[in-house]
Amino acid sequence: MTDNLFRGQLVHLAADEPEVLAKVSSRWAQDSEYFRLLDSEPPILWSEKKHKEWIEKELEKDSSDNFGFMIHKNDDNAVLGFIALFALNWNHGDTLVAIALGERDHWGKGYGTDAMRIMLRYAFQELNLHRVGLLVFEYNPRAIRSYEKAGFQPEGRIRGMMRREGRRWDWLMMGILRSEWLQLQQESG
Amino acid sequence: MTIQTQLFEGALIRLAPIDHEKDAEVEARWTNDPHYLHALESKPAQPVSPAQMKKKYEAIEKQLEESKNSFYFTIRSREDNRLLGFVRLEWIEWTHGTGNLKMGIGDAGERGKGYGSEALRLLLRYAFDELNLYRLSAMLGGDNPAGLRFFERHGFMQEVRRREALQRGGKFYDVVHLGLLAEEWRSKNPKEVEP
Repeated sequence: MTDNLFRGQLVHLAADEPEVLAKVSSRWAQDSEYFRLLDSEPPILWSEKKHKEWIEKELEKDSSDNFGFMIHKNDDNAVLGFIALFALNWNHGDTLVAIALGERDHWGKGYGTDAMRIMLRYAFQELNLHRVGLLVFEYNPRAIRSYEKAGFQPEGRIRGMMRREGRRWDWLMMGILRSEWLQLQQESG
Repeated sequence: MTIQTQLFEGALIRLAPIDHEKDAEVEARWTNDPHYLHALESKPAQPVSPAQMKKKYEAIEKQLEESKNSFYFTIRSREDNRLLGFVRLEWIEWTHGTGNLKMGIGDAGERGKGYGSEALRLLLRYAFDELNLYRLSAMLGGDNPAGLRFFERHGFMQEVRRREALQRGGKFYDVVHLGLLAEEWRSKNPKEVEP
């Protein structure tokens, strides 16, 4: 058995805390690059209060298919971002995952990949799901590389789903099956 | 110059609003057919009563009014106005000009008669020439080669294959995402030149 399901080599996952998350979310969202890597909606600027109300409303929703966590750094416990399962279909064992690192000086250092590995272990070993999928924008090669490292396979491109900065961009879909994840665990010992 | 195109009129069918009184009975009957439900939804098949169906119609119309990012039409026979199916445009992102399409012809006996094709042609014109969308998506799950052929005949391309995203009868099936761009649709449907 894994010692701690929520702990990886660099980061650990913990419950969403509206107070803390609202503070960082409001700050992160002012970084439009962060926002546009995460969302297809036009970037907007919400107050800390509005963020908190929205997070609280989300947390009130049925928790049986809502799995969202904050990503904390192991060494100093700082909050780096969040990771969440959504659109979970229990009857098919299928879910989507979303991840974001708001602290941009921590991009490209393996924190996101580590958090994703924890989430995949949770999805396959605790929730016993059959597959995990995700969507990523084609202008986010850093995220695509991270997902590949975590074991996701490309499953196709949705053409021209977004118009930004005067041109069209594709959305990429990726997925990992339970059998593929188990294989990866064997290979890594 | 005038605009006189009847957007909702086809030769065999018309797109029309929900009839809250008459439709619930008919559509509730369709939900006794698990094949119909499986072709439309990934959620577990579940029969719906006429009373529940009426509530669903209320919810649909409330959502249409509030969200401004979806459209819902019934498909009716021109001959006797009977309910044949529905077509729905949803998840429209106006910023990017994208949306998702879902449609169904309820009675197995009414399929293959061209009703769905005509409804889809009307809907594509509505989406691309009236809403001015850039692209439309559609999703198909399970073992549905007829559905794939239907969309491909109308110009949709397979873009994504979400492997083993559906489990039915102990077997896993892929979910296919299809897409059609306005420019692709337009190249096959050139505007008639005005006299």
